[in-house]
Amino acid sequence: MSATSGSATATRRKLATAGFHLGAGALSVLWLLPIALVLVTSVRSFDDIAANGLGGLPHSFTLDGFRQAWVDGGQQRALINSMLVTVPTVLATLALASMAAFALSRYELPLRRTLLLVMLGGNLLPPQILLIPVSRISETLGLYDTLYALIGVQIGFGVGFYVFVLYGFMRSIPVEIQQAAVIDGASPWQIYWRIVLPLTKPALAALSALSFTWIFNDLLWAITVLRTDSQMPITASLIGLQGQYVSMWNVIAAGSVIAAAPTVAVFLRFQRHFVAGLNLGAVK
Amino acid sequence: MAAVVTGNPVAGEERERRTAKEDNGPRRKRSTRVPPVVLAFVLVPLLAEAFWVFWPAVQGFYLSLTEWDGVSAPRFIGLGNFREMLHDDIFRTAVLDTVLWLLLFGGLSALLGLGAALLLQQERRGVGFYRAALFLPVVFSLVATALVWQAMYQPDGLINQALESVGLGSLTHAWLADQDTALYAVIVPALWRQIGYVMILYIAGLKGIDPVLYEASKVDGASRWQRFRHITLPQLRSVNAVVLSVIVIDSLRSFDVVWALTRGGPYHSSELLSTYMYSTAFQSLRLGYGSALAVVIFVLAFGVIASYLVRAFREAD
Repeated sequence: MSATSGSATATRRKLATAGFHLGAGALSVLWLLPIALVLVTSVRSFDDIAANGLGGLPHSFTLDGFRQAWVDGGQQRALINSMLVTVPTVLATLALASMAAFALSRYELPLRRTLLLVMLGGNLLPPQILLIPVSRISETLGLYDTLYALIGVQIGFGVGFYVFVLYGFMRSIPVEIQQAAVIDGASPWQIYWRIVLPLTKPALAALSALSFTWIFNDLLWAITVLRTDSQMPITASLIGLQGQYVSMWNVIAAGSVIAAAPTVAVFLRFQRHFVAGLNLGAVK
Repeated sequence: MAAVVTGNPVAGEERERRTAKEDNGPRRKRSTRVPPVVLAFVLVPLLAEAFWVFWPAVQGFYLSLTEWDGVSAPRFIGLGNFREMLHDDIFRTAVLDTVLWLLLFGGLSALLGLGAALLLQQERRGVGFYRAALFLPVVFSLVATALVWQAMYQPDGLINQALESVGLGSLTHAWLADQDTALYAVIVPALWRQIGYVMILYIAGLKGIDPVLYEASKVDGASRWQRFRHITLPQLRSVNAVVLSVIVIDSLRSFDVVWALTRGGPYHSSELLSTYMYSTAFQSLRLGYGSALAVVIFVLAFGVIASYLVRAFREAD
């Protein structure tokens, strides 16, 4: 009797497993379908789409859409712009934020929690309240319509959040490590650079992956401080492409693929850090 | 914000170091003075943020009290912009759409994100792939997301074709061009992208629940639903608070996906406060009125910002 009930439990478990994979598999297919569709569309020819419809089965294979988006649509330039903004911004924001977090978490500065929360509060402000003044300020500085303005505002707006996350992380580093270095005569800079920063690497990796996608994907700040097409980063350029190649879905799809590729690459390469970053940011 | 912060000025670390007797006395002298370079470490980032965020924010509030075309000097008109909103039909639409967005986009992404997390929380074979599939859209730009879905929504796109193939041809639609469906059609891609994010937060929360609680309740004969209702949900309270804040702030900031898909149209039917603010300021060049709309967004977000900061303040110890 116990043998039969044992096999019944095993059968039930197998059924549950099959049910799980069926459900989760269907969900995944549903989620990946739009991505598959855009990949397929990007390598179809315009005539094929016109003749068989967007949802139809593909009858052609060509990289012409990519060529048009890349060369004629200016996506090459746009991708370079995006990288010129994203890489320095990520590096500068993390450098500045880690310094502030170091100072706030390792020294008894007056009002340090107030400072910390004021900085976090700045990041929580809805950006809409800043758009008009920021565009005006960058005009006054002669930075309007340059990538410097975009880098500046991205650093200023982002830094508070990173300080907050890194502060939480650095607080967990034991004080003793630092005290030993102080006794050995290490300067604050040496403590920061040689001791605390290396120990903060996991959080820095997580935040880099996260901030890369955030800054790379931004649209609002870009169209607020930039005007010329040749200055636009990839997201804004993609909107331009949409206007320029109305209903040429192969070009628009190819453009979307180009715009999504770098962040997807970062995600696939640093998936673990990426997920860790989201949790660091949210739970802290 | 200041009120929040002055509520409890004693930093945790100091509190730990003091004995109960010293609690109200002067601070104990510490051997580590704060070196100037450490001050610079804080001041440089703070100044960067002050210059690009705090100073513009102050200006933004001031500009909301002016009428300004961006060319001549701003003219102070007091609360005139806010009075104008009362009679502005587009503003009313934008507020209603923003509320609807908050409820539908926010509510569904929380519910479905939690559902996905419950389904995919267990470490078992293949679960990594499923999680990655749901999570992948999170890294897409909302603009790319929007364009992907624009292709799906086309008259000859996948959605209409799927409807026809299952015999629901009568439901086919120009989804984005119809005033009745545009807003909902915009919410779907936003959800597609957000659910994976919420799922990650909930999975982390679920992993943090002590398994002993479940084992004990099983021994006591609690049903699956009872365990969910009386253990999982209460234990997720702090994650819920995070998700709620993220959702409200994200909803009020939502811009890219609407801008890429409909620009708020047709006839403002998918207009959110954020898109209305942007087009008022940078297309109609009514910078004062645009600033006032931004203030409305700020006021709506304020409660969340404040409660987020209160929680952050407690946890900063």
